[in-house]
Amino acid sequence: MSRRRVTAPPPLVVTIIGGVAVAFVVLPFAGLVQRADWIGLSEDLSRPQSVAALRLSLITSLSAAALSVVFGTPLAWLLARAPIPAKSVVRGVVLLPMVLPPVVGGVALLSAFSLRSPLGGLLQSVFGVQLTFSTAGAVMAATFVAMPFYVITMEAALRNVDTRLELAAATLGAGPLLVFRRVTLPLVAPSLVAGTVLAWARALGEFGATITFAGNITGRTQTLPLAVYLQLETDPDTAIALSLVLVAVSLAVIVALRDRWLSRA
Amino acid sequence: MTRPMTPTRLFVTMATVATLMVVTACAADGDSAAADPTIETSAAPSGEPAVESSAPESSATEPELSGTITVAAAASLTEAFTVIGEDFSAKYPDVEVVFTFDSSSSLAEQVLAGAPVDVFASADEANMTKLTDAGAAATPTVFATNSLVVITQPGNPGGITGLADLATAGIVSLCGVEVPCGRFAAQALETAGVVIPETSVTRGQNVKATLTAVAEGDAVAGIVYLTDAQAAGATVATVDIPLAQNVVATYPIASVITPDAEPNEAADAFVDYVTGEEGQKVLAGAGFAPPN
Repeated sequence: MSRRRVTAPPPLVVTIIGGVAVAFVVLPFAGLVQRADWIGLSEDLSRPQSVAALRLSLITSLSAAALSVVFGTPLAWLLARAPIPAKSVVRGVVLLPMVLPPVVGGVALLSAFSLRSPLGGLLQSVFGVQLTFSTAGAVMAATFVAMPFYVITMEAALRNVDTRLELAAATLGAGPLLVFRRVTLPLVAPSLVAGTVLAWARALGEFGATITFAGNITGRTQTLPLAVYLQLETDPDTAIALSLVLVAVSLAVIVALRDRWLSRA
Repeated sequence: MTRPMTPTRLFVTMATVATLMVVTACAADGDSAAADPTIETSAAPSGEPAVESSAPESSATEPELSGTITVAAAASLTEAFTVIGEDFSAKYPDVEVVFTFDSSSSLAEQVLAGAPVDVFASADEANMTKLTDAGAAATPTVFATNSLVVITQPGNPGGITGLADLATAGIVSLCGVEVPCGRFAAQALETAGVVIPETSVTRGQNVKATLTAVAEGDAVAGIVYLTDAQAAGATVATVDIPLAQNVVATYPIASVITPDAEPNEAADAFVDYVTGEEGQKVLAGAGFAPPN
């Protein structure tokens, strides 16, 4: 399947412009690394507020990724296979949070789930549940923005599955769930992993919807990006230390995904 | 069998990852843009270069001013300064006034970092002093004072009567500790001997964000400036803080000094306008008290 790479040297102008693009991305990170207080790094990261933000970000982003898989997989299957009326509209709505400014997503979540909204009021009066200013709210905000990344990845993968293999399994007597588990799922496994990691990374970086919907409470809704933004004034060293954690994690995600695919190419 | 990755699919995958990074970066960017709305008021149609008018009809009393001035002002000045900017542009049609509103501490940091700002209006003396100490601002003039109030959900369903009730009210919205309104709120709470557990405090990046958590969100109460509560209208209820517990916020304004740049007459004119009769009238209408 893989084609041979073009071996001719690239035109000079392309190399130069490409180099500028690389510098454009690398320079800010270099600035961050240069500005960091490396000696005090572990101290900055072990401050109570930092630990709380790190812990909370881990919880909310992993929960958001898990929810994306649980709800996103059936959704991706429906979008890829089922005869849904006005499917492009449905897909558009589901993917909307990818392109929407996250703060708008936060306002939308508030409109639907704040105590003053009908649904939010009902949840509180019947179940005593308040989503705003809660960790659950932070997870919701993260899931809202992250799930589309999983859905779009999985839908493409499910679309590419050779359905004859599934039909063959079915003719051999496997039920739909067994076919999905034993045939379809192994075929889309790489995309499942990639989609989950993308959704997780997006959830980890989530800021706008979270601060709008869940607020900014230390240990409860103040995730890493919120801590970075608010500590930039009070404690820039800690803000930069936390930024480096986010950069390192993001870099690890990209490298891991790239290696995974390169090794399969 | 897993299908091998073709270069095309690899590229698409990489592009997706790259897009993710951009989206994430834009997210933070968009949010900060929302936190510090830049409002433009312009008398002249934008796009046209502001050219010094050579019309002979101008009288000697009004100096000819032109150009664009950027005014960095405390978030609590949003409504009053927007009006003042419109009035100022009406008086000097060749001057375009661009505002950037955020917490005084954020703005002071930005000016010190070299942001192209011509006038700085702070909600406290401390952040103005940061600029004057660095030689980045002219001698400031105090142009208004403000005080704090407790805000609650409309109708005050929690029956909050003062600062003491905030300790057990539920989620309370306060400004960040470095932001003037956050520091003043901490002072007022300390004077009143009230301790709110940090797990019940949501912190806004500036006073408007702090107010929004009550007006739009589900925070039970908050502490903001009197003027912000007034500007919020019916979206919040207001509970006064007695004078003995309250803090007076003093607002200084000054032209920003940029090294190697010529003195900006339009910036000085704006400072004069704010401290002058017309500016004071607008500020009083917004609920600000005159400088002591």
